Amino acid sequence: MASEETKSVETTSAEAEAEAPRSDEERRTVVRTQQVRKIYIMGSIEVHALRGVDLEIYSGEYMSIMGPSGSGKSTLFNMVGGLDKPSEGKVYIDEVDVAQLDAYELAWLRCRKIGYIFQSFNLIPVMTALENVTLPMVFAGLTSDESRDKGMHLLSKVGLQDRHSHKPYELSGGQQQRVAVARALANDPAVVLADEPTGNLDLKTGTEIIDLLREMNESSGVTIISATHDHKMLSVSDRVVWIKDGAVDHIALREDLKIEVAEVAGES
Amino acid sequence: MTDHSIQVAGGREIVLPFSKAVEISVRSLKIRFGRSLITTSGIVLAIAFLMSVWSNNELIGSLRQANKSEINLLLQKNGIETLASEAGTSSEEAQTRLEEERSKQTWLISLSLLVCVVGIANAKLMSVTERFREIGTMKCLGALDSFIIKLFLLESTFQGAAGTMVGILIGLLLTMLLAMLDYGLFIFTHFPVMGMLRSAVAAIVAGTSLSLMGAMLPAYKAAKMEPVEAMRSDS
Repeated sequence: MASEETKSVETTSAEAEAEAPRSDEERRTVVRTQQVRKIYIMGSIEVHALRGVDLEIYSGEYMSIMGPSGSGKSTLFNMVGGLDKPSEGKVYIDEVDVAQLDAYELAWLRCRKIGYIFQSFNLIPVMTALENVTLPMVFAGLTSDESRDKGMHLLSKVGLQDRHSHKPYELSGGQQQRVAVARALANDPAVVLADEPTGNLDLKTGTEIIDLLREMNESSGVTIISATHDHKMLSVSDRVVWIKDGAVDHIALREDLKIEVAEVAGES
Repeated sequence: MTDHSIQVAGGREIVLPFSKAVEISVRSLKIRFGRSLITTSGIVLAIAFLMSVWSNNELIGSLRQANKSEINLLLQKNGIETLASEAGTSSEEAQTRLEEERSKQTWLISLSLLVCVVGIANAKLMSVTERFREIGTMKCLGALDSFIIKLFLLESTFQGAAGTMVGILIGLLLTMLLAMLDYGLFIFTHFPVMGMLRSAVAAIVAGTSLSLMGAMLPAYKAAKMEPVEAMRSDS
């Protein structure tokens, strides 16, 4: 099993290098945090969820943020995704300081620059699959013809074009998450944020989703940042950031990951 | 210095077309139809009460204006001052009696409408709490606060309008049935069309605007929800 994974990891990175050799100088930083701290005040107690995190996420990479519950993984994820403002430090998305943005600009950012995928799929129950996928396009001002065409195209990319008129309750968990992936890509975002995307899925469906995300990452170059417990995510990530006690414990590159998987398998 | 370079690519806009907002609101109502039936029936009953009182006043007024002996006989039998008998008593007394009657009615109606509005506000608040995930998700997709407010207010307006219509019909029907027992077919020959229409319109305005008012605080709370709420795993 481990050797199979090693083989696929090595092949993919070889393929990637053959396609477009990326030097560090060429890579653009799409999200950057600078000594980010988050302090929650609960009565008289100060909880330091994040203790000065510096992180750079490059355009087009697939990054996973991993860590146990309470490690600050979700807090960091929310910072990086523009969902929360740091108590101290700065978060830059596309070189724009998120803390300086007003409500309208933040909404614009979420509509156009960032796509979100949730653990509980979060599809709007009163809308069909197609309508769910095209909702961000509606907000972006696309006409109904444009959005319909683009929506169908995205649904076919995730293999659900035949189910475009089905409502969420008529779709399985895996199918709902695939619709969510299509929705996240609706306005061609620069970044897709996935919060425990496989959390509510079984092993097989979870793997399908992870493969789908990797496919999207490779075909369109969209940056994917996921916060996850799922170790299956390790083999498709370019880099993995391990968070412990509100700080970056270490960052693993894909080449190192084959060793990680073996370690982790032993630990878990 | 704020760098607005993120806004250069693509359009600057975030819109929610009115037709789309209406579509979403109507569907949200339909999906919650069962649960919202209780609040809607509150509106129906309050407006039915309102309409029955108003329509009864209109009808009686029309019958009095007719000033026909057979009608006056029926009116007197039901303890209502006719124009003929009024000539005898001092018009001041008649006025005060009328005003007392009216103010009692107004008091009762206002109370029932107030109870209704409180019920609407409560139900809407619960609905907002239930729908935290939906609201948070919409905000993650780029919805502005104003979109959320629009959606909730539209929902309440439609619910109010629908409940009001049903209430008006029931109120009118009730009045007609009861009046028919006392005054027979005269209610049809002397049906005050314009007066009834006026009452109906006033009832529609009252019912719909009260539904709207009841939803304002809940809609505001919904709009102020943070997008990160979409990620909450519990209810």
